[in-house]
Amino acid sequence: MRTMTFRDALNEAIHEEMARDDRVFLIGEDIATHGGNLAVTKGIPEAFPDRIRETPISEAAIVGIAVGAALAGMRPVAEVMYIDFVTIAMDEVVNQAAKMRYMTGGQASVPMVLRLPCGLARYSAAQHCQALESWFMHVPGLHVVVPSTPRDAKGLFPTAVREPDPVLFLEYKRIYSLEGEVPEAVEPIPLGAADIKREGEDVTVVAVGPMVSKALEAAVLLEDEGIDIEVVDPRSLSPLDVDTLVASARRTGRAIICAEDALMAGCTAEIACAVSERCFTDLAAPVKRLAALDVPVPYSPPLADKVVPSVEQVVQTVKDVMDEG
Amino acid sequence: MEPAPEQLKEMYRTMWRIRLFEEEANRQQAFGNVQGSFHMYIGEEAVAVGFCAHLRSDDYIVGTHRSHGHFIAKGGRIERMMAELFGREGGICRGKGGSMHVADFSVGMLGANGIVGGGFGPATGAALASQLRGDDRVTVCFFGDGAMQRGTFHEAINIGAIWNLPVIYVCENNQYQQWIPQRRMTKVTSVRDMAPSYGIPGESVDGQDVLAVSEVASRAIDRARTGGGPTLIECVTYRFHGHSPGDLQEYRDKEEVEYWRTERDPIQLLRTYLIERQQLGEDEDAAIRAAATVEIESAVAFAEASAFPPDEEIVTDVYVDAAAAS
Repeated sequence: MRTMTFRDALNEAIHEEMARDDRVFLIGEDIATHGGNLAVTKGIPEAFPDRIRETPISEAAIVGIAVGAALAGMRPVAEVMYIDFVTIAMDEVVNQAAKMRYMTGGQASVPMVLRLPCGLARYSAAQHCQALESWFMHVPGLHVVVPSTPRDAKGLFPTAVREPDPVLFLEYKRIYSLEGEVPEAVEPIPLGAADIKREGEDVTVVAVGPMVSKALEAAVLLEDEGIDIEVVDPRSLSPLDVDTLVASARRTGRAIICAEDALMAGCTAEIACAVSERCFTDLAAPVKRLAALDVPVPYSPPLADKVVPSVEQVVQTVKDVMDEG
Repeated sequence: MEPAPEQLKEMYRTMWRIRLFEEEANRQQAFGNVQGSFHMYIGEEAVAVGFCAHLRSDDYIVGTHRSHGHFIAKGGRIERMMAELFGREGGICRGKGGSMHVADFSVGMLGANGIVGGGFGPATGAALASQLRGDDRVTVCFFGDGAMQRGTFHEAINIGAIWNLPVIYVCENNQYQQWIPQRRMTKVTSVRDMAPSYGIPGESVDGQDVLAVSEVASRAIDRARTGGGPTLIECVTYRFHGHSPGDLQEYRDKEEVEYWRTERDPIQLLRTYLIERQQLGEDEDAAIRAAATVEIESAVAFAEASAFPPDEEIVTDVYVDAAAAS
């Protein structure tokens, strides 16, 4: 099977969706120049010159315009250059996009994708490296999608575009260059369908976004010590496929939840709670969480690298829950 | 070009429908049938009516928190809006939106908005949709003088200008930002004076004079429809009532309010104009008001006859109903 990077898989998915549906258009800052700020939209301006709109530095307008175009029947794919800048468009995301269908009693539909590059990369410090998925999980009316592999990016993007409600598509910058197998044709992956990335018997490791690769690396190290972990990737955080996560935790009897957003009220909190509520008495040990430190991301590379959980921490946390029961 | 007498009478009729709708809704608020935040448009009717008179049913408008008038002027279903204010399942938003979120997508009314300045982006986006599709719809974005100080004003109008979008930004300058006079919050009180900084035409018009509004509206809408891009328009108007129910209005002189109510009432100004030109007789005037009264009464009856939404409605319309959509 062919392999490609996450970035190229996503680029291919964007091409295909734009070719399939002429209501799809791209809007954002610097998206047509040099293939986009993070080189995800390479080739799009040449293929679809009339459906790519470069904007001034106006995040509130980018998202607000996407909402209006969606209300009027288009399928906008808006990019906010870094998720950190979505703070400037929070009214448009939270009060406008998320609530339109409900407030209008079902008259309105906002079929909009908001592409949000996020997480650590290139040591760009506290205002360019955040992971904010839990903010949006908290808002009814939004979908939150976090692909972890090139194949999932290729399969989740068309679903996001075709979804009649707003989808926040979180792209962890550190995995843009991740290579993986991607079939020539990928069926769209439904939202709310977790994926078991590795089957195992001893501990369920729920891993979000870039933590999936780290959990798979940890699995190899743990294998040497006779511990067999199951790696489960929720793929979308809203909707959240609680059934699959719970079924896995019940089977292994132990669960840890890993993500790169901050520990306090982060996505790991919701997942850990959902699992515990459903299968507390089936577990041999309490559910543990592994998340980013509750700090702004520092600039200094050795410090920045310690903010998010490492492979070693996954290994250690798995051993801890094994020791507990 | 001055509108034909029939067109003027239609505007007159619509202004009465807005006024009587709101007077009745205000009464119903006192009875407790209408709850929550509720902002009256009375005094500003000529703006919505003057603009919407030149719009087609498939054109778009985006409203504000004070949008009953926009809804009616665009042709929204009045009995469904009354039922919405009553919180009933027959409401235009099935009772889930209320006064600040009235919308009627069947006539291009894309929604009131509870966030001041929240409409600039969506209106600009609707206009972008028209441009991308190559259709000739236009979008009118109504906003208040308070919204001029939002960042969204600048961000959206700048983009509307650089992309030459078919959108008209209409400031209903009622001179008060909730309780504060506009002049205390900005040194530039007219958006007309801001238009040159975006490189687009600006106009200022007497918002109580529906003929004047209509003329400016007609020009701007034609320009937008034929590829001429956006216009930024100030309509100087006045809010006859307070910001919302319970507003004691100690921030403005009673004489000022009285002056606008007696001398600058847009309905009376048009009425005088039509009568002086013998385009409206007393009988016809009475008939127009009587018909509007009957329409409002039947809207109240419709609202009263509609049930409150069933409990199951709480969780519907958060996302599309996948079963129903397929």
